[in-house]
Amino acid sequence: MSFTEQHPEFLKAAGGPDWLGELRNAGIARFAELGFPTTRDEDWRFTDVSPIRQTAFTPAVPAGADVAGLLQGSGGSDWPGHHLVFVDGVFTPDQSAIGALPAGVRLGGLADILAATPELLQPHLGTGAAVNGNPFTALNTGFIRDGAAIFLGDDIDERVTVNLWYVSTGATANAVTQPRTLIVVGRNGNFTVTENYVGPGDACYLTNAVTEIILAENAVIDHTKMQLESETAYHIAAMHVHAARDSRFKSHAITTGGAITRNTIKAQLDDENIECTLNGLYLGHGRQLVDNHTCIEHAHPNCNSSEIYKGILDDKARGVFNGRIHVRQDAQKTDALQTNRALLLSDDARVNTKPELEIHADDVRCTHGATVGQLDEAGLFYLRSRGIDAETARGILTYAFACEAVTDIESQPVRDTIEQLLIGRYRQL
Amino acid sequence: MAQDNAIQAPEVVSESDELIARSIEQEYRWGFVTDIEADAAPKGLNEEIIRFISAKKNEPEFLLNFRLNSFAHWQTLEEPQWPHVHYAPIDFQEIIYYSAPKQKEKLTSLDEVDPEILETYEKLGIPLQEQKMLAGVAVDAVFDSVSVATTFKETLKDAGVIFGSFSEAVHEYPELIEKYLGSVVPYRDNFYASLNSAVFSDGSFCYIPKGVRCPMELSTYFRINAAETGQFERTLIIADEGAQVSYLEGCTAPVRDENQLHAAVVELVAHKDAQIKYSTVQNWYPGNKEGKGGIYNFVTKRGRADESAKISWTQVETGSAITWKYPSVILRGDNAVGEFYSVALTNNHQQADTGTKMVHLGRNTRSTIISKGISAGQGQNSYRGLVRVAPGATNARNYSQCDSMLIGDKCGAHTFPHIEVAGPTGQVEHEATTSKIGEDQLFYLRQRGLSEEDAASMLINGFCKEVFRELPMEFAVEARKLLGISLEGNVG
Repeated sequence: MSFTEQHPEFLKAAGGPDWLGELRNAGIARFAELGFPTTRDEDWRFTDVSPIRQTAFTPAVPAGADVAGLLQGSGGSDWPGHHLVFVDGVFTPDQSAIGALPAGVRLGGLADILAATPELLQPHLGTGAAVNGNPFTALNTGFIRDGAAIFLGDDIDERVTVNLWYVSTGATANAVTQPRTLIVVGRNGNFTVTENYVGPGDACYLTNAVTEIILAENAVIDHTKMQLESETAYHIAAMHVHAARDSRFKSHAITTGGAITRNTIKAQLDDENIECTLNGLYLGHGRQLVDNHTCIEHAHPNCNSSEIYKGILDDKARGVFNGRIHVRQDAQKTDALQTNRALLLSDDARVNTKPELEIHADDVRCTHGATVGQLDEAGLFYLRSRGIDAETARGILTYAFACEAVTDIESQPVRDTIEQLLIGRYRQL
Repeated sequence: MAQDNAIQAPEVVSESDELIARSIEQEYRWGFVTDIEADAAPKGLNEEIIRFISAKKNEPEFLLNFRLNSFAHWQTLEEPQWPHVHYAPIDFQEIIYYSAPKQKEKLTSLDEVDPEILETYEKLGIPLQEQKMLAGVAVDAVFDSVSVATTFKETLKDAGVIFGSFSEAVHEYPELIEKYLGSVVPYRDNFYASLNSAVFSDGSFCYIPKGVRCPMELSTYFRINAAETGQFERTLIIADEGAQVSYLEGCTAPVRDENQLHAAVVELVAHKDAQIKYSTVQNWYPGNKEGKGGIYNFVTKRGRADESAKISWTQVETGSAITWKYPSVILRGDNAVGEFYSVALTNNHQQADTGTKMVHLGRNTRSTIISKGISAGQGQNSYRGLVRVAPGATNARNYSQCDSMLIGDKCGAHTFPHIEVAGPTGQVEHEATTSKIGEDQLFYLRQRGLSEEDAASMLINGFCKEVFRELPMEFAVEARKLLGISLEGNVG
């Protein structure tokens, strides 16, 4: 049964207010119109999603799998902050750990908040991530039901830290989960969030996630996404960020899992004096395909953006990077910097890189650099001359290459977990 | 005094704005129409027209078939929409596909060439007359698609170099044409290449035999004259094993209100150890300051480099309402080298979507891309490029640098590089920067006593220096002049 065929039944089961029904209908209508993208679409030229199109996905039925074990394996159980756990897309309070919250903070499962206070969601849901472009975003909008909703009111002094754990159990064959995350941070707020996706080793499932983030004036968000899905699963994610005056948004996207991964990040700098950092690291091996599309929209003067994306590809893995920076005519004094570097470890690994600068203002500084290559011979030689064998030397340099993309993560425990993951993967090269 | 200085500094900005405004009003200097009887086909495109062109030129059958195949394929294609340019749709049935100066009898020497044509060239300053040829440039002048005169043919013949019009070559060396035509840019390549393959009227042909270093620089001068004609020329240059040649191409067109279409195809074949250097100074009519008229320049240029061969493209693009061209190199043989040096300037309402493709297939292949874009007025300038390292192209190396300069706040500069790499031994580096003309640099030069114009000129020439030094000397001088004229007010 196709997604459009499943939809009427879904609507009946999901319920909710009228405005949400309209939003869902708009989403599915748009998806029916667009269909799955093909490689003939410029945005999907190197990412063939036909395996997703050809699989008959069914809605996941939450099952009592070893969620605790999966969470343990991801290495994030000791991270500070509140933990929200979602099993097959459904918020699961027993697995979650939410501590005392400062006044003005509201967080929990999207479905719960929707049932209790739908008026909190209505002004934001679906406004950040419009359904007109990406068919997967339209599809997710059609099936909005659960996910995380986080609201920080204005002028909260305390820094709030939240970890979101989206766990796929793989209990249902070819299951699909479509979690929706909505984060609204008020004036002067200071928020740290990790968004994590985990799944068991050999399960085949689809995660189609959409995250909407809205920053008010002078708000600060430090966002980290860890994608540790099963290597036989499909992960499609879109993140839409709207930033207001004087706000600061920082994101790190780490991808290691997924047979096909597509991350779309769109950052809209809606006013002056905004700082936006989008960093990423992707590690691919086997036949994995990792696609990162980022877009930063500079619409107003005096905003800075910086991007560092790094990829390490082994075996027959493929990497795709598309970094778009759009500077509108009014966006004078923009300073935009983009770097994309890929390291190919094997003969059959491939990378397709396309930085795009579209600039309509004259008083700007925009640079981008892209390199594709191998480990530095001189560096290798130096390490070998110090008595380190070739394999270890290679591992050290690969590790060092990857680290640059994650050193900016503010949370030390999160950084440690990622570094451990890198060490486990590359130090024994 | 100190106060005075403090006040003066910001004035630099407004002064330069004024200069920009003045430069925008600069008229096109080569806008004259030569009144000669043209021998033209009726408007429109169908099989009959293609047979007419072919019959007119008395072409052998293989060429007619090539044209007909191309036309059949072209009809299945759609006009490409992906370039970052905007224009009203082209009506391909409104174009005259063949126009030749009416030729009374066979020309035996330059004296018999229509004096009006010669006058046109003189206005353009091409050294067509033999006595002026001491400059050492052999010119194959293409006037509305048909080559009218070729100079220095004898000198070249002694060296074994074949250089002349395409139509002549079709009759004299059909086996070479049949072998190489469409071998680098097949007729199925893209919309405009297919169109060109169907209707091309003339162009230049050049063959450098094994081991010969061409004794002089070869040059073609294109000019679109008759109204409503598309110019579809085809250039084919073959450098046999170990041969070397430097080829110059320059273009101008008179002022017309309508938009004219120019869809050319250039194919270069560099055999083992051969070297081809292809330089272009493109100064087609860019349209007036409201963006009316001007040439649509949709060109396919590609070279094939065999083992240890080298192909180098250098272009200075200051004209055309719309430029759409990507001179490319297929680095097929091991150790082949590809180079691309470009300065593209857009002023007023000009739009340029240009760049290069470097396709690395052989081992140890190297390529360099230096692209400089200058946007002024309401010009839109895009760099679009591709560097592909195919599996098996071990130790391939590429270095790309794309710099854009913006003059004024209504123009745009865009960069769309594509990098596709397979395998761990390739090294690809890409760098791009976009900035405005340096306020502090301008100020520095001004306080050293240079006028605003001289200072800006110096900065812009410095910005383009890496490309200009790749041009043959006379061309470098011309390019600098052109840049100056196109940006007059900013450049001295």
